Amino acid sequence: MLDAKIPSGPLDQKWTQYKGHCKLVNPANKRKLEVIVVGTGLAGASAAAALGELGYKVKAFCFQDSPRRAHSIAAQGGINAAKNYQNDGDSVYRLFYDTIKGGDYRAREANVHRLAEVSANIIDQCVAQGVPFAREYGGLLSNRSFGGTQVQRTFYAAGQTGQQLLIGAYQALERQVALGNVKMYTRHEMLDIVMIDGKTRGIIARDLKNGKLERHFGHAVLLCSGGYGNVFYLSTNAMGSNVTAAWKAHKKGAYFGNPCFTQIHPTCIPVSGDHQSKLTLMSESLRNDGRIWVPKKAGDTRKPNDIPEEERDYYLERRYPAFGNLVPRDVASRAAKERCDAGYGVGSSRQAVFLDYAAAIERYGKIEAGKKGLDNASSDEIIKMGKEVVKAKYGNLFDMYEKITGENPYEVPMRIYPAVHYTMGGLWVDYELMTTVPGLYALGEANFSDHGANRLGASALMQGLADGYFVIPYTIGNYLSEEIRTNAISTDHEAFVAAEKTVQERIEKLMQIKGSQSVESFHKRLGKIMWDKCGMGRNAAGLKTAISEIQALKKEFWSDVRIPGDINEMNPELDKAGRVADFIELGELMCIDALQREESCGGHFREEHQTPDGEAERHDESYMYVANWELKADSTWQLHKEPLIYDEVKPSQRSYK
Amino acid sequence: MEHYTMNLNLKVWRQKNATAKGGFENYSVSNISSEMSFLEMFDVLNEKLIAEGKEPIAFDHDCREGICGMCSMYINGKPHGPWQATTTCQLHMRAFKDGDTIVVEPWRANAFPVVKDLAVDRGAFDRIIQAGGFVSVNTGNAVDGNALPIEKDKADAAFYAAACIGCGACVAACKNSSAMLFLSAKVSHLALLPQGGPERRSRVVNMVAQMDKEGFGSCTNTGACEATCPKEISISNIARLNQEYLAASLVSE
Repeated sequence: MLDAKIPSGPLDQKWTQYKGHCKLVNPANKRKLEVIVVGTGLAGASAAAALGELGYKVKAFCFQDSPRRAHSIAAQGGINAAKNYQNDGDSVYRLFYDTIKGGDYRAREANVHRLAEVSANIIDQCVAQGVPFAREYGGLLSNRSFGGTQVQRTFYAAGQTGQQLLIGAYQALERQVALGNVKMYTRHEMLDIVMIDGKTRGIIARDLKNGKLERHFGHAVLLCSGGYGNVFYLSTNAMGSNVTAAWKAHKKGAYFGNPCFTQIHPTCIPVSGDHQSKLTLMSESLRNDGRIWVPKKAGDTRKPNDIPEEERDYYLERRYPAFGNLVPRDVASRAAKERCDAGYGVGSSRQAVFLDYAAAIERYGKIEAGKKGLDNASSDEIIKMGKEVVKAKYGNLFDMYEKITGENPYEVPMRIYPAVHYTMGGLWVDYELMTTVPGLYALGEANFSDHGANRLGASALMQGLADGYFVIPYTIGNYLSEEIRTNAISTDHEAFVAAEKTVQERIEKLMQIKGSQSVESFHKRLGKIMWDKCGMGRNAAGLKTAISEIQALKKEFWSDVRIPGDINEMNPELDKAGRVADFIELGELMCIDALQREESCGGHFREEHQTPDGEAERHDESYMYVANWELKADSTWQLHKEPLIYDEVKPSQRSYK
Repeated sequence: MEHYTMNLNLKVWRQKNATAKGGFENYSVSNISSEMSFLEMFDVLNEKLIAEGKEPIAFDHDCREGICGMCSMYINGKPHGPWQATTTCQLHMRAFKDGDTIVVEPWRANAFPVVKDLAVDRGAFDRIIQAGGFVSVNTGNAVDGNALPIEKDKADAAFYAAACIGCGACVAACKNSSAMLFLSAKVSHLALLPQGGPERRSRVVNMVAQMDKEGFGSCTNTGACEATCPKEISISNIARLNQEYLAASLVSE
């Protein structure tokens, strides 16, 4: 039976109680304890910095050439915090409730409440580091709204909040590097966990510049390696984002929780052709002011500006009047797919809907005219002023859209379509963020814990920094306090030798295949299977087909992949081959998980389980659990359920109407 | 937007590793769509090389949406290529026409040694940040975020400086390989905010010392850095850096 180690007591006292009673490590002992951090996004950089500050000996690893480039950097819109600076009814409880509801009642109450509690500290910490959040003229912090909430609690730095938060964490990390508390390994990839006497004792890493394998000891290992959206090939993730570190942990016994819970983000730039290598998100903040529509007539090929107002279907406003264009991501994505599947899609591919700023430009223009007392402003003048306001708010996003599509979004509505963006599933962790493997932790997107079946916008940054700055510094002490008598173990230990040998053999096996098809071609084929059969809509027949197709693809990969170059040099094709091999195995597990979950919830939409008006239909009596998978043998997993118990909120059908 | 396809000649720098001697190789690609990104065109070329049993070209890239700062190609004599305020990954093939020859090199600077082909080592930038590009505030020390109001124009100016993505195009564009635009952006970001105040003097002195130690050249105000910066970091930051440095030097002597 899985023990999530949730502290007893009332929900709003659990974290305070925990902090008051967890074991501590004294400063002299911290200096002797070594911690390995894999990944330097928001979770990893903040954890490495915070643990370095506490005096632990930290080693941090990233595959990029600098820790500042981890994919958290690409987050655009913002970070939530229960500050209630806007006096609009926000509170810790409200943020907790919104997150649980947004996750369609498939997240753990205690973890989510803790997340809401520490959210306010994150903003304070980031401001103190010099993160240049947007401010009002009075000099105080500015907020905006995001999907799935009715308050303004999102803090932001134009359209590059992730970059500013990550640079804050990166600078804190580099400060610890300068102080000698953290040693940084860039262009390194973790390829295995080393276990000694049932505990995690280190990793095998590969130096991507020369292919050399390295052994690193640690009293504990933190996986902050992000999500696995690239299993779909096309996603908004960075090209290098991968599941490999988490998958190696899974192979060493860490359970994988809710692997099928994937977030499809509603506002991305549509696919333009077969050459497409990745998809680009247009921030959810655009739904604050933009209106989403399709023509009322199926197959309408007129230019958007030629379609009169009364012939447009603002389908989100029509279906969800209470939340309108700001419904949660899963709801907005499905609604777009529904319209396109029904033949109302726009653009050359017919797989797109319009995100229109004309009304916002006019509205802002009128406000500006009012402010300036220009009662007789012409409509051209109003539109000109409105464009300036929109430019100030969203200019960089509009520029990005124009660079990619060659179209001017100030003049023509943007075309958008849903794309894979985030994975709620991940390594199962308990309240202390420890996986089922002792001494092995998972933070940020790499774990499964806080977002249930659907993540609300601006909550990923919050979770990454909460885990790294404010949770792990407490919970890791509770484990490491028992390790103060363990001296550093030599990396000549047989467990390190054996783990390195396994990694070496796998690399050699890959190189010896010498087949005819590129790694990229396999990745594309895997992505197509996943998107078609385990994407926005899933059904039993499709998932079963997908499983057999993936098994066949795996066989073909291991007998016909072609990897050029050598092992002992920089070889991006070899790096990618290892990652795609892991994605193939993960893809199979995702389909198995999606197949067993005979309900729809959040981003997981089983077509067999929907309400008469096409909304997700949960089956709480049978599926109110976290599905955790233990790897037993090749393509064989055992399911372990962690029941979800709701003491505080009463699960109901989510309604955004 | 009119779509078209094109055939292109490419002259690409190949270099096996940091110590090997490099040189240009010629390649051709056909049927390139004007809707592709520049790196997708490189994907097509690499797939072709793999199919022919040759080694693909190593290049740095990750987010492909212009923010991680990893991509770093010197295209037809310009870092990140012909478009203003654009990273290599956001450059699209509409910038070129059928029959063009495109020359692609890595960043060239002593402080950025080539790792392989078009990938270089920009670790010097991390070490400059280590020298002082931070606010020394441990986790948990912070007061309420709204306890200290900051003038909006100052916060905005700090943000524009902090928009630097650390790609190194400024160094690659500079005939002296100076890192002044990068350094000045970080110094400005933190000097403009009250949080950066207590370490203002030591920060600028230490960061400049580290920059010199890394082997970057000196600034002769040609403005090539500003012109090439994908995030449009202003050269006025360099003026602010000089003021900060002068003020710090006067006090320390």
